[in-house]
Amino acid sequence: MAVAARGRGWVATAVYGGTAVACGLTVLWAITTLATGAAEPAALVLPVGLPWMGAHLRTDALSAFFLLVVNGGGVTASLFGWGYERAHTHQHTDPHHAPSGPVLPFFPLFLAGMSLVLLAADAFTFLVSWEFMSLTSWLLVLSTHRESETPAAAKLYLIMASVGTVCLMLAFGLLAGGPGDMRFDAIRQHAPGDGMAALVLLLVLLGAGSKAGLVPLHVWLPLAHPAAPSHVSALMSGVMTKVAVYAIVRVAFDLLGPPAWWWGGALMAAGTITAVMGVMYALMQDDLKRLLACSTIENIGVILIALALALVFKASSTPVIAALAMSAALLHIANHSLFKSLLFFVAGAVLTATGTRDLNRLGGLIHRLPTTAVLALIGAAAISALPPLNGFVGEWMLFQAILNAPALPEWSSKIGIAVVGAAVALAAALAAACFVRFYGIAFLGRPRSPEAAQAREVGTAMRAAMLIPAALCVAIGVLPTPLIRLFGPAVRAMVEAGPFDDRAYQPWFWLAPTSAVGNSYNGMVLLVVIAVLSAVLVLVIHRWASNRVRWSTAWGCGHEEPDPGALSQYSASSFNQPIRRAFGGTLLNAHDRVSMPEPGDTRPARLTVNWRDPAWTFLFTPVGTALDWLTERVNVLQFLTIRRYLTLMFAALVVVLILVAVVRS
Amino acid sequence: MITAILYQIVQMLLVLALAPALTGWVRLVKARLLGRRGPSLLQPYRDLLRLLRKEVVLAHNASWLFRATPYAMFTAIWLAAGLVPVFTTQLALAPAADLIALIALLGTARFFLALAGMDIGTGFGGIGSSREMMIAALAEPAMLMMVFSVAVLVHSTSLADIAAFMTSGMVGLRVSLALALIALVMVAIAENARIPIDNPATHLELTMVHEAMVLEYSGRHLALVEAAAMLKLLLYVALIACIFVPWGLATGQGGSLLAGLLSFLAKLAVAGAGLALFETSVAKMRVFRVGEFLGGALLLSLLGAIFLYVSRGV
Repeated sequence: MAVAARGRGWVATAVYGGTAVACGLTVLWAITTLATGAAEPAALVLPVGLPWMGAHLRTDALSAFFLLVVNGGGVTASLFGWGYERAHTHQHTDPHHAPSGPVLPFFPLFLAGMSLVLLAADAFTFLVSWEFMSLTSWLLVLSTHRESETPAAAKLYLIMASVGTVCLMLAFGLLAGGPGDMRFDAIRQHAPGDGMAALVLLLVLLGAGSKAGLVPLHVWLPLAHPAAPSHVSALMSGVMTKVAVYAIVRVAFDLLGPPAWWWGGALMAAGTITAVMGVMYALMQDDLKRLLACSTIENIGVILIALALALVFKASSTPVIAALAMSAALLHIANHSLFKSLLFFVAGAVLTATGTRDLNRLGGLIHRLPTTAVLALIGAAAISALPPLNGFVGEWMLFQAILNAPALPEWSSKIGIAVVGAAVALAAALAAACFVRFYGIAFLGRPRSPEAAQAREVGTAMRAAMLIPAALCVAIGVLPTPLIRLFGPAVRAMVEAGPFDDRAYQPWFWLAPTSAVGNSYNGMVLLVVIAVLSAVLVLVIHRWASNRVRWSTAWGCGHEEPDPGALSQYSASSFNQPIRRAFGGTLLNAHDRVSMPEPGDTRPARLTVNWRDPAWTFLFTPVGTALDWLTERVNVLQFLTIRRYLTLMFAALVVVLILVAVVRS
Repeated sequence: MITAILYQIVQMLLVLALAPALTGWVRLVKARLLGRRGPSLLQPYRDLLRLLRKEVVLAHNASWLFRATPYAMFTAIWLAAGLVPVFTTQLALAPAADLIALIALLGTARFFLALAGMDIGTGFGGIGSSREMMIAALAEPAMLMMVFSVAVLVHSTSLADIAAFMTSGMVGLRVSLALALIALVMVAIAENARIPIDNPATHLELTMVHEAMVLEYSGRHLALVEAAAMLKLLLYVALIACIFVPWGLATGQGGSLLAGLLSFLAKLAVAGAGLALFETSVAKMRVFRVGEFLGGALLLSLLGAIFLYVSRGV
């Protein structure tokens, strides 16, 4: 058995090492492509796929940018996966309990599938790669099939993925139009009419949106993303959702031709609902990984809002502002893939160290996992859009674009964008509350279970995998301008301008996009000033005031010390109670029920929290019921005689012929 | 450049020196309004010095985060206060952060303080942190809508530009600015934990928010946390003054520093007295009424932005 484990260890090292190297090389290649601004996109036609067409592959600046994000996530996920695998093989010597057995073959395939989607230059290759990506990720979710929640999550994911692919198929069918030429080059040649464009956009929003986690198609994310092993969750949440965003960008900015302003309006409405609802779901979750998956929904909403702004400004021919919004979107895409990977790794590290991901069983991990705690703090602060980290830079640029709303001609977009701005601010503030809860409950306070009290710091590989994105979060926050410049070609390809186009001079350490709104931001100065002032303050106070410390016992509110279950401490559900009362009642139909025993009764009082996702109440449950009803009715067809089947087929043939005749004439 | 750096340093020291006086002034006026003699204006300075000299009592399970937070949040708020022009707009750090970055900087301070509130694992800290984050979630959208109204008018979110524009006399009286002003005052009351949202003088467990969060702090840490709260009050007064009544401020076009300084002192005195008057005339509201209060602020600022569109046709 030990030999088997060691053999698996070698295989794991080879698979994860190979994947990391491949992804790393792709990252380097993408960076060079973007940096040198290779004028001619590289194209390649492979003699596979449909016989009359072959598979068209092409890399332009947009694909290069997304390849950078996907494969950058792949590098750290491989490293983390390797460490995770070793930690878990060490814990469970029985190979049947090795949690990530079936992960190894599908992990590189999943990454390859995502990269292929980004490279595809014809609809057929795109759809095949898309489906390949869906299926490999589905198999990765199923790798934890022994856990009780996984099968249901995987089933839901499969249904949503299939529905999404069908919508995308229809969208590309419409785009290809009459001649049926599925190459993107051919699609670009003829712009569809207004009604057709609306239909295509709607189908793409449904198809790619269900993969990205657009509300109300998000229901599978909080179930399926957490079910996979943590490094795969990081890829699904941090990276695969971005591939879906790529599909939206590719269609809306590239294939559909010049935009109309209401495309942006539709996208903006969807993004706003997604951002606010996503963060509300995240606030309600008690499971670390579910919380993170829900927070992905919020971030996708923010990215969509930025893209929508880019579309609106592009349509009203203010390309520099469109470039600002587009840069905000791309920056947030890169940022989110960094801090979401980081936070999923943290969740994986917590899971490895304690065996649980239930917030109400964690606590005090800052003492037991010191390195992970520091890195988790960086991730939590970055995702809460706090300066001087990277999350804030993205939000800052988004707000700068929002503040340019008065330049737009339509009244509905002017006022609408103001409301969207308030919603983005609300989502950002709620995200901060959400991650105070995440970090405060899991890492601070007193341990809420023996597992948390006994937790041990995770291995070097896992810590290194967390360190890379954490360092990048700080670096991008401090010096965003070089990165935004690097994305420049992708922005330019989509909106025909760059964010710094109307600035004569733009130093690399300063962020001041567009002179339309005269603002600037410098994270480096803020960080340096805060660091210097803090250091001086510490020195002055310790030197001249007092540096004495006395350790004592905190007042336990009448509980004895040690209070074993840490009962007097705030729990995950008590922390979100104020927000549940302020927002949850309306948005999520949340209500608390208290059962207080009579005086003299020794039963403990109980507080139950109920909330329900309106997407289930108003969409999925009714649709499910309707489908059940329909299947009952259609089920009759299964028990007919041959004669009746033949009659039916004949009738169907006649109907089809009549349809064809009507359409032809 | 050298003068800008010099002004920046003077401003940082000035806000630090004046912040306790403003809090002392509010307390003094409040006491007089209630018919008490009240403490001297210097009492907050004495309190801070006394706390600085005392030893720190830490719970056994306090982490490094708990000990680092007072320094981090104090410097974040100090820096933010240094960014709001109080006597001149010629500040060296002004281009590093606009109004949005300034709000976010305060958000960073709040984030760390809320985490520190949860570090010891007592009930009070949790109460304070969770309520503080709820209040912030309500206040931030209102604040940004206010920024939006002002930015629509000024075409900038840089505080120096805003102050220069407002002093230029191109503004006139505007309904939307009045609405934005009311919204900002409401947000300022909430953010500074004043009555009717919170009571800075309470230690009644069911009603406290800010005080609950910092309950475990003592000694020099407490001194920093309290000084940061005083700085934050000064910052909001300076912000309101800079956006809505910037007269007297020395801008790039001229205006003397002394006039800037004296007018700032006058503005502080008026604002402090106004705050004391307001606080003595209203009762504290229940925690869950805060939503209505700040929701009102959000609607007012949104209405302000829409009025602006209608009136200017921009």
